[in-house]
Amino acid sequence: MKTSIKNLMIGALAGTAMMGASLAQAASLNGAGATFPYPIYSKWFYEYNKSKGVQINYQSIGSGGGIQQLTNGTVDFGASDAPMTDDQISKVSGGVLHFPTVAGAVVLAYNLQGVESGLKLTSDVLTDMYMGTITKWNDPAIAGLNPGVTLPDLNITVAHRSDGSGTTNIFTNYLTKVSTKWASTVGFATSVKWPVGVGGKGNEGVAGLISQIPGTIGYVELAYAIKNKLPYASMKNKSGHYVEPTIESTTAAADGALKKMPSDFRMMITNAPGAEAYPICGFTWLLVHPTYSGDTVKTITDFLHWYLTEGEGMAKELYYAPLPESLIKKVEAKIEMIK
Amino acid sequence: MSLSLDATTDGRAEKALPFFSKLAHAGVGDWLFRKLTAFFAFLILFLACLTAFTLWKASVPSIHKMGWSFLTSSDWDPVQEIFGSVPFVYGTLVSSFLALLIATPFGLGISLFLTELAPMKMREPVAFMVETLAAIPSVVYGLWGIFLLAPFMRVHVDPILIKTGLPIFKGPSTGLSLFTAGVILSIMILPTITAISREVFEAVPNAYRESAKALGATNWETIQLAVMKPSKVGILGAVMLALGRALGETMTVTMVIGNTPQVTTNLLAAGHSMASVIANEFSEAVGDIHVAALAEIGLLLMVITLILNVAAHLLVWLTTSKFQR
Repeated sequence: MKTSIKNLMIGALAGTAMMGASLAQAASLNGAGATFPYPIYSKWFYEYNKSKGVQINYQSIGSGGGIQQLTNGTVDFGASDAPMTDDQISKVSGGVLHFPTVAGAVVLAYNLQGVESGLKLTSDVLTDMYMGTITKWNDPAIAGLNPGVTLPDLNITVAHRSDGSGTTNIFTNYLTKVSTKWASTVGFATSVKWPVGVGGKGNEGVAGLISQIPGTIGYVELAYAIKNKLPYASMKNKSGHYVEPTIESTTAAADGALKKMPSDFRMMITNAPGAEAYPICGFTWLLVHPTYSGDTVKTITDFLHWYLTEGEGMAKELYYAPLPESLIKKVEAKIEMIK
Repeated sequence: MSLSLDATTDGRAEKALPFFSKLAHAGVGDWLFRKLTAFFAFLILFLACLTAFTLWKASVPSIHKMGWSFLTSSDWDPVQEIFGSVPFVYGTLVSSFLALLIATPFGLGISLFLTELAPMKMREPVAFMVETLAAIPSVVYGLWGIFLLAPFMRVHVDPILIKTGLPIFKGPSTGLSLFTAGVILSIMILPTITAISREVFEAVPNAYRESAKALGATNWETIQLAVMKPSKVGILGAVMLALGRALGETMTVTMVIGNTPQVTTNLLAAGHSMASVIANEFSEAVGDIHVAALAEIGLLLMVITLILNVAAHLLVWLTTSKFQR
């Protein structure tokens, strides 16, 4: 008994020593940032490690934390749901390149008895709801968009995220683009001063509010609405069509925004043109330095090539929208800049 | 004690003594023990000061930009970078005191019942059940709050409160409110109040009770005179410890308070709390001033806790000195 335990311990020690050795030899990368793309990133890093043997450690601590760690130089790359501002970039020694990875849709989910699906909304009505000027579900403004649907005489409870989040950034960016009133009184950021409504922590918190309080409308990521079986609204887009949020209509939005895409890819794609484009969606980015020392250059450029070729195909099953083909080519060309 | 000393003076036992006992015998152990415990005590003091200093350092940009208006403004606008702490301080204080208001009579009632009135067989199991409440993680309370308590309040409790017509209860209610936060906090601090006051009541010498009874006091009079009165300080201690937990509670409160930074006398309206806003906004706060303002909220929470603790000690000091007179 005693010897067997001893053997086991020696084995374990040898094992740890070997693991340490292999870690030291194999290339590895450290990253930190956004929580929104964490499911797809962890899948990518797992698959990449399996096929190429490169370990990528990622802490999903939030975009703000990712930018902070990149600025402090404690990670090889950051990740963010909002593009960095010029001011933020200027603080990072060596600079920052933005690599869009996937796009995500933000959907308006609701809890309305008798309206199990297919609610239609426009940007004006949505803004008025979130400004607190439309307070009842049977308001003529909503009823006018939804002929044939019986809307109840019920108070509208507006739900939003209480935690700072890239989802809020995308949603408020959309409202800022479509309403001058919203732009001047609220604006957009990861947390804003909400005129009305109750806050839930995280997507799960908002989804909880929606399912618990009759008459609630709130914004969540598409994956969350689908997984929680919450009904969500079709939005009238820039071209005047009602579009349901799907992976395809999100990619269509990315495609529609392509014409105006700046060369550094820092762009919010809300309210994008295109008949098929869903208006409330956004990219999420990897934040990479333009210069690295030693072998890290090859390690990081190899991975960037891999996610653009192999990785994008895995997005759909996790409810993320892959980048449109034409954009992938542009992003691919950008990798050359890393030296 | 004297027995073990006798043993060590015996010659044969001396040889077998381990090294440390020899040291102890020489008085080195006592010295070492005193220094070591003093070090531990000062370490706590040092940690508290370090925390305060770190928070102060992190909040410098916000202190510079906002100045005193941070303490007087109700605006919290991360886009315009205007930060005022009033709604958070208000929400924290209101929900915590509401919790105390509900939990204190319940907690004292439970512990009085358990120490004075309940049959012996019942005391331990009930006390155990109450103390189990303290072991439930706060995030579990939060989930219970959002999925069960908040809807229950909205459908069953709030409509009755609104019907009372009191200005502090105004509809419409979503179930997410300062009041709901107070209710759930009261459940969370109940075990603290119960457990400590039970210890305090048990420490009251039986002679007190017997004397009161001998003088012809009823059960209630005995409890009032012989149990509650000498326990005043202990009860206050229990309440203060509970208040500490309520002030700092984060996850549970954020789930049911509605997270809307506003100051309102309507307890059925949504509010916000200091710990909640830090937990909510810190990870995605990108602006320097925003991060600093959150650190300043942390500093302020520490100061408020300190003030309340000092006030409680003053109260204890006042009541005890009165007692001795």
